[in-house]
Amino acid sequence: MTDTPLSLTPTRSQWWDVWAQFRTHTGAIIGLGFLVFITSFVLLGPYIWQVDAGALDIRSKDFRPFYVGLFSDVKWGWNHPLGTDNLGRDILANLIQGGQISLAVGWAAMSIALLLGTFVGVMAGYFRRLDGLLMRFTDLVLALPLLPLLLVMMLLFRDPLRAAFGPETGIFILIVSGIGITSWMHTARIVRGDVLALKEREFVLAARSIGTPPRRMITRHLLPNVMSPIMVSATLGLASAIITESALSFLGLGFPSDFPTWGKILFDSVARMAVFPERVIWPGLCISFTVLAVNYIGDGLRDALDPRIRGL
Amino acid sequence: MLTFTFRRILLSIPTLLFIALVIFGLLELSPGDPMAEMPLTIPPEVQEKMRIALGLDLPWYVRFFLWLYQFFIVEPQVLFDHWFGTSFAEGKQRILSFQSRSPVMDIIVERLPQTLWVVGMSYVVGVLLAIPIGVISAYKQYSIFDQIGTLISMIGFSVPTFFSGVLLIGIFSVGMDPDSFFWLPSIYDTTHKVTDWASFGFQIRQMAMPVFVLALFNAAQVSRYMRAAMLDNLNQDYVRTARAKGMSERVVVLRHVLRNSMIPVITVIALGVPSVFGGAIITEQVFKVNGLGQQLITSIHASDIPMVMTLTFIFAILIVVFNLIADILYGIFDPRIRYD
Repeated sequence: MTDTPLSLTPTRSQWWDVWAQFRTHTGAIIGLGFLVFITSFVLLGPYIWQVDAGALDIRSKDFRPFYVGLFSDVKWGWNHPLGTDNLGRDILANLIQGGQISLAVGWAAMSIALLLGTFVGVMAGYFRRLDGLLMRFTDLVLALPLLPLLLVMMLLFRDPLRAAFGPETGIFILIVSGIGITSWMHTARIVRGDVLALKEREFVLAARSIGTPPRRMITRHLLPNVMSPIMVSATLGLASAIITESALSFLGLGFPSDFPTWGKILFDSVARMAVFPERVIWPGLCISFTVLAVNYIGDGLRDALDPRIRGL
Repeated sequence: MLTFTFRRILLSIPTLLFIALVIFGLLELSPGDPMAEMPLTIPPEVQEKMRIALGLDLPWYVRFFLWLYQFFIVEPQVLFDHWFGTSFAEGKQRILSFQSRSPVMDIIVERLPQTLWVVGMSYVVGVLLAIPIGVISAYKQYSIFDQIGTLISMIGFSVPTFFSGVLLIGIFSVGMDPDSFFWLPSIYDTTHKVTDWASFGFQIRQMAMPVFVLALFNAAQVSRYMRAAMLDNLNQDYVRTARAKGMSERVVVLRHVLRNSMIPVITVIALGVPSVFGGAIITEQVFKVNGLGQQLITSIHASDIPMVMTLTFIFAILIVVFNLIADILYGIFDPRIRYD
């Protein structure tokens, strides 16, 4: 959102209109608020709650959260407000650190998917010779069973990448690129369709008649005009990337176990869920609310960017 | 229409071959060793012999074409023999699992019913829920029902199935008294046979949670499409004409608008089937249903290449076939779209 400063005679730029429409969508505003909240929670959290997520406090293992401890007779303490796991690791600190990784994976994978999708879409839409080839390829990739292939990829490249970049960075690169290269197809299709339609418009003809080279044509005239579908598919991509990462972690094919992500914490806690439900509920709620917020933002953006609705 | 169908079927053959090549290529790069689970006391020369017995000494293209031959020629022949008592496949080698050394297809046939029951039932339930919700939300746009329906469908596809499933297990399996009516088993018992009403009741109970979790997820998506399609149609001129002719609202909505809105929704439903099977991988893991998805996970962990290859390829066939079905249905239901 470009938020232009309010002057006495407000200039009505396109993005200002979009923001005005976006603000009327209550769900989207709440979603945006939650996304800002959870992002600052995971980014600023470590400075406020200075407990190392990996630190083992074996004396105070299996602590219950404060809201259980206050009302019943269980082991708990204010030094671990949300409790600890069976090795005495602080759950709040794990949630913060896990959130950093989950959100980082989501943003990075979404950016890769967007870059790839936009590139393929613009190329296919602008250069007629590439169109058939690229779109056939997109259709082929769409026909691949992606989740099974992603699982296979995780298993195949885990060890080589781990050896090359270290356990954490290696898996991060693997998961991000895996999700990125399996989710660009819808963006490519949408962008191609829009570019094809834009190419027939007069301003493109005018730009071409003064001899604009294709590179500048794409960056100056076409890309700014396909920003809105790209932004909508960015929100969808962010939501599905977060879900896919936690699903991989849940299936035991994601990050190593001493490296928390929301999905990983959930997976590790399912076995003792009956005794310690909070270890499942908190990461699950984090994933669900983040994805819900992002989906609502996408819904609001779609309405705000649709000129047929915006005028009303 | 027939020519179109024919051309599409012909086109899907190279698509499937390409997919098979991609999957095979990925597995070929695999550093995972199918011998890794063997005891270390086996001498190296014996290990080498076992490797040859698994066919791992052949070059990759021989193995690829052998797999293609086995999948497309031998396995259908086995099926034909099984149905009609002929003996076309006698003496021919079938695709064997590295793990169990039994034919891959036999294992798949063993596991298919569980997956089909859970996944298929959840899709049917999901669609049956989604259509009325979508219709009512569109007809009463911005009403309380619409707002709540939108919220629930947003939650439906935002909450991952591995969280909603675990949550349900926590409530209905752990939290409930095992004797109470609402207690539901958290593990799917495949050996359970339906013989009388009591065992039928148990079957319903053990299917309830996985079906509900998947159905909520499916219903969320389909109901959004249904609502959008209904909204598109409700403002059309023919609806005004129908009302002007004095038709009752029932007829206008259910006969005219619903029928036209179903056209895009039917294709969405058809396109969704393969992804439902993919999503079932996670749900099967949560509820310990020993279906195809769970088999895939165990085979991936054990580097059982023939099994992973065949299962993944079956998922690919599902995608291609249902894409085809969606296109054909679109052509049949929408007379404005003719592909010739």
